Amino acid sequence: MRYLLRRVVHGVLVLVAVSILSFLLLHLAPGEFFAEMRLNPQIAPGTVDALRAQYGLDRALPVQYGLWMRSVLKGEFGYSFAYNQPVFSLLWPRVLNTLLLNTAALVIAWLLAVTFGTWAAARPGKWEDRVCALGTSTLLVIPDLMLALALLMLAVRTRWFPAGGMVAIDFADLTVWSKVKDFGAHLLLPAMVIVLGTFPLLYRHVRSSVSESLTLPFVQAARGYGIRRTQLLFRQALPAAANPLISLLGLSFGTLLSASLLAEVVLSWPGLGPMLLESILARDVYVVIAIVLLSAALVILGSLFADVLLYWSDPRIRTNER
Amino acid sequence: MTREQKLVLPLVSLLAMHLLVLFAGFVAPYDVATQFREHPYAPPSPVHFRDRRGHIHIRPFLYAWKNNGKFAEYEEDTEQIMPVRFFVPGDPYTMLHVLHSSVHLFGVKEPAHIFILGSDGYGRDQFSRLLFGGQISLFSGLLAAALSLSLGLLFGSAAGYYGGLLDSLLMRVSEVFLALPWLYLLFAVRAFLPLRMSAAGTFLLLIAIVGAVGWTRPARLVRGIVLSAKERSYVLAARGFGATDWYLLRRHVLPQTRGVLLTQAAILIPQFILAEVTLSFLGLGVAEPVPSWGNMLSALQQYNVLSSYWWMIIPGLVLIPIFLSYYLLARCLEQQV
Repeated sequence: MRYLLRRVVHGVLVLVAVSILSFLLLHLAPGEFFAEMRLNPQIAPGTVDALRAQYGLDRALPVQYGLWMRSVLKGEFGYSFAYNQPVFSLLWPRVLNTLLLNTAALVIAWLLAVTFGTWAAARPGKWEDRVCALGTSTLLVIPDLMLALALLMLAVRTRWFPAGGMVAIDFADLTVWSKVKDFGAHLLLPAMVIVLGTFPLLYRHVRSSVSESLTLPFVQAARGYGIRRTQLLFRQALPAAANPLISLLGLSFGTLLSASLLAEVVLSWPGLGPMLLESILARDVYVVIAIVLLSAALVILGSLFADVLLYWSDPRIRTNER
Repeated sequence: MTREQKLVLPLVSLLAMHLLVLFAGFVAPYDVATQFREHPYAPPSPVHFRDRRGHIHIRPFLYAWKNNGKFAEYEEDTEQIMPVRFFVPGDPYTMLHVLHSSVHLFGVKEPAHIFILGSDGYGRDQFSRLLFGGQISLFSGLLAAALSLSLGLLFGSAAGYYGGLLDSLLMRVSEVFLALPWLYLLFAVRAFLPLRMSAAGTFLLLIAIVGAVGWTRPARLVRGIVLSAKERSYVLAARGFGATDWYLLRRHVLPQTRGVLLTQAAILIPQFILAEVTLSFLGLGVAEPVPSWGNMLSALQQYNVLSSYWWMIIPGLVLIPIFLSYYLLARCLEQQV
């Protein structure tokens, strides 16, 4: 437990460092949100200065950081110039959308990876194993961007799936069942991009750690006793292989979010990705900082979650601590 | 197959692609900016050997695209055959900044145009733009990887060899970098730089950003190797004989990082090519009229292009053989290490 506490403190320190760095970088940047207004002859220079003063942009940098920190503690995360509202209320629905998409993709990708990985590990060198190896290698050399574009093209041409967005236009009028169906159909394509993008790596790790655990003496003994193969694989070999896989889960959240950023932008899923792009182009600095911080927080939370899971699943770690 | 034989295929194909791209001026039939406004979204021109009457021609030929009155709908004008000619004069170009010429590898006479990969919305030849765009996309990946590997080697060996405060400082900084998802990090760094710049400026900027953002992983790997290498007995012996730090690093420690650096290069280069493509695709990288594979793909953000003109996705498809070659290289190198 003390270890977990240390990880939490470390995570918070990293977040503070990220915030300071992004604050410094964004304020060293030439050009700001109000720069375009200055070029507009219909807006008096005095108005622009007043607006800047209103948002505290005329203060010294440390003061600005302090003001921003205060608004973070109040749960506002600064103020969006473009939307004229606190950043947090702007981002919260989008965070939920991103989390929803990523959770769905994460669950599907791991289920597929564990099933196929274990299955292939039990048949080393057979044709099933070779087909899986070929399939994952093929997926590995197709960039995420191409996956997203190809799926979008497929959706537009065949009209099998809705292309882009989260719900249909007439969503409010649908019955509960068709609401679920419509939502699922919209979720499918972006989730598929993320799943196909992250699956190959997960599959390889599952396969290699399960095939390693199949050589362990107690698994061999269990096999000698004549325990059925499915039971042997999923009750004996997989738990023995779980340790490195849970660590991999903790490390894979960064890749997951990167893949999701692309999928969200290309397939216009209203998550954090499109918002980040929009705020970069508009120079809406506090939104950019908040999104970057949120992504770091998600990665850190993800690896904490994996640590807790490891603590719960592996008795060796628990007994070591006492 | 031995390891060397396995390396041949990916190396040769990568070399061929880089040469094609470097000599784009000669290989491409047109300049990047040459527009045929009367031929927007022309499909790839089929090359024939047999004409309408069934005569076989030794020299390949094509028919000019004739617009049938609607926007971007064409049929072949089979009245006149347009033979494909080789070493023809055309748009002037400069290769490698020194070779001036106007001779192109192949072309056809007016009024036909040779669009072997179709044309874009301005009637510009996709094949020519693909080759010129490769100069930006392929070389930005290569140079960015060189930059981040050198930074990684510098910081990693300094942290591993000298240890102490420098080591913990560099490692804490790298943890901050690693805490961010790669694309979010890239976008965040891109966010604080000017959005509109000249093409050359953007090219260098992209290399600097991608290279500076990617140093952490090679640095940590190099640090690990240096940490173990500096404790080897022959290194200690050399130190006992009075070798300087620089000599020890150069002669005994850094040569051991070669394998890891090569493998990292094969992993990082495709990732960095994709970074440029992604940024330009989203309008944060190299901008029109200079072509890059990313901004060529950005035409696909329009619904009608996506639904009607499949050849616009080709700049993305060429990434696949490149990724495959680097993937095979990385696998070979990993097996060796």
